[in-house]
Amino acid sequence: MKIVLKNLTKKFPNRNKKQGGDVIAVNNFDFEIPDGKLVGLLGPSGCGKSTTLNLISGLEKPTEGQIFFGEDDVTSLPAQNRGVGLVFQSYALYPHLTVFKNIRFPLENLKGENKLTKEEMEKRVKEAASLVQIDELLDRKPSELSGGQQQRVAIARALVKSPRVLLLDEPLSNLDARLRLQTREEIRRIQRKTSITTIFVTHDQDEAMSICDLIVVMKAGEMMQMGKPQEVYDDPVNLFVARFLGTPPINVFEGSIKDGGLYIGEDRVLEIKTDDNKSGDVYVAVRPEGFILDPDGPLKCELGRLEVMGRDVSIVSKHGSLISESGTIRSIVNADNNVDLGLSHVSFSLKPHKVYAFDKETEERIRFESNNG
Amino acid sequence: MVKQSQIKAWLYLLPAILFLGAFMIYPLFDVFVYSFEEGYNFASQSYFGTGSYNYAYVLRDPYFIAALKNTFIIVIITVPLSTIIALLISLGLSSIKPLKDLFQTVYFLPYVTNTLAVGLVFMILFKKTAYSDGLVNMFINFFGGQSVDFITGPYWAKMFVMCFYTIWVVLPFKILILTSALASVPKVYYSAAEVDGTSSVDMFFKITLPMISPMVFYLVITGFIGAFKAYSDEVALFGTDLNSAGMNTIVGYIYDMLYGNSGGYPSYASAAAIILFAIVLTITVINLMVSRKTSIR
Ligand SMILES: Nc1ncnc2c1ncn2[C@@H]1O[C@H](COP(=O)(O)OP(=O)(O)OP(=O)(O)O)[C@@H](O)[C@H]1O
Ligand SMILES: [Mg+2]
Repeated sequence: MKIVLKNLTKKFPNRNKKQGGDVIAVNNFDFEIPDGKLVGLLGPSGCGKSTTLNLISGLEKPTEGQIFFGEDDVTSLPAQNRGVGLVFQSYALYPHLTVFKNIRFPLENLKGENKLTKEEMEKRVKEAASLVQIDELLDRKPSELSGGQQQRVAIARALVKSPRVLLLDEPLSNLDARLRLQTREEIRRIQRKTSITTIFVTHDQDEAMSICDLIVVMKAGEMMQMGKPQEVYDDPVNLFVARFLGTPPINVFEGSIKDGGLYIGEDRVLEIKTDDNKSGDVYVAVRPEGFILDPDGPLKCELGRLEVMGRDVSIVSKHGSLISESGTIRSIVNADNNVDLGLSHVSFSLKPHKVYAFDKETEERIRFESNNG
Repeated sequence: MVKQSQIKAWLYLLPAILFLGAFMIYPLFDVFVYSFEEGYNFASQSYFGTGSYNYAYVLRDPYFIAALKNTFIIVIITVPLSTIIALLISLGLSSIKPLKDLFQTVYFLPYVTNTLAVGLVFMILFKKTAYSDGLVNMFINFFGGQSVDFITGPYWAKMFVMCFYTIWVVLPFKILILTSALASVPKVYYSAAEVDGTSSVDMFFKITLPMISPMVFYLVITGFIGAFKAYSDEVALFGTDLNSAGMNTIVGYIYDMLYGNSGGYPSYASAAAIILFAIVLTITVINLMVSRKTSIR
């Protein structure tokens, strides 16, 4: 079941009358989620991820625009008729019911020709439970489960009625780091197995990058970019997306384009050609893995320290034009490279496809071709 | 060896223990003793003998039987009814947005209003005077019915007024408790249920009610205890001679035995008090057992 959003907008009235105006939680969303894919909705806190999910589930009514499931226009369909399974950030397991009854809950509401007998319900509950591997926990109450187990129960409850669409709102945010890793793989596995179109909300870019087929990056109610995780990572459309994706984060510098060269500060780092022979000040962003240790390299930095991470070495250095919040450049190079810590400076040349230029005003990407090879 | 912190703890508790002991536990014990002493006399501090005679007398006394019956009727009618009405009103209050605060205040007013003022309202509603038959009778007349004397008339009319009054008086507190209980149920449960296509009736019985059940049980238990101890409301409506009005309650009977026209019988009063105590204890224990069974965690 593909999901199509057409000019979807959601405004909330502003509580504070003095400020006036509405809060635009979702602004003019226009995209299509292909059938059977796991899509990550990604963005900082308050950017409208939950609102988008609530619009798709039917819990919120859009101010404008339409939502299609496949060819059906579901915009005015109430939540219960949309066939969505929703996993809440807090799981929302009913505390007074056992795991078994929690999972059975959605089935009890089926009416008419879809109505199930007790035995059929039990069978469906057991299937859902074994899919998420909680067969032994069925008699417990939610308060007797660990966070990860609760999350699985919530997924089982969302899956038990065979929804057309599965929506997960930051399902991993309550788990510790280790369990998160484990559970996100679990979600991937379950999604693969059921091949239900799934939207997965997170503000953790690692999470989204690692398990999603597609990611949608949002900022303040606007969709910034949508694509395969690697594509979005390699080809960000603006500075926000470039900064949002990647750990360690991208290094951003003040720079400029002049005379067919890309400058970081005074260092001419790349020979480039832009479409309309642009020139002027720009932001230059370099991925940590875009640095090559090169004594003759054009980018000269003040050497800080080294962090050995097994296969790789992270070189921490400084440059006058750097504007990243961290205040230091992080570059990751192969551990085979010997770095002489006795030196006060280190020089890099840059991999052209790991370097992006952005307009100073709009922060939009300025595309260029590199002549450096 | 007793730990020092334990000694400290007892020390802190000492004033309360002394106070409770002197004014609650000792009298309770004393009442228990009196109830087995035949014809105990306060003045001479003497009695004829010991045994269960007091209980036998009280249980055969028609006034006590009447009081017992009245009390049970009041309990059985007012406790469930007031709880259900309070629940309905609270549900209504929590589903409306505009003027919510105003309504909440209105419903809470009787709680902070003097009992006498409430009694006055009931006079206007029900009491026959030289000038009018009361507001309710005006209604009944308007629809072509015969006037009913609610205060000195037939038993069912008096009992109706009594129950009406009792429910009226206990409603505000119950509404207050239930509206806050309803507000404390996280919204996300309703969202989850909505996505799963739960009807609003199912939402109430499968989510709301189990979630607020501890509060409901609290209200039922305190409601039972309060209704079993009913007395002052009866006096407010029917005057002090409840026996002749046929509206006496157990507590009223105890009071009469101690100080009323038939006063001066502390032994009978004690026996009646112990019987009341046993009834309330039994009901409360049953209530607690039921609430344990259905408790959510
Ligand atoms: N019911 C509401 N009334 C008014 N404003 C709202 C309402 N719900 C959300 N908003 C606003 O809409 C914006 C988007 O909220 P939303 O909950 O979708 O963010 P989010 O991306 O899910 O954030 P988080 O990562 O913190 O969960 C926020 O500015 C929020 O304050
Ligand atoms: Mg959210």
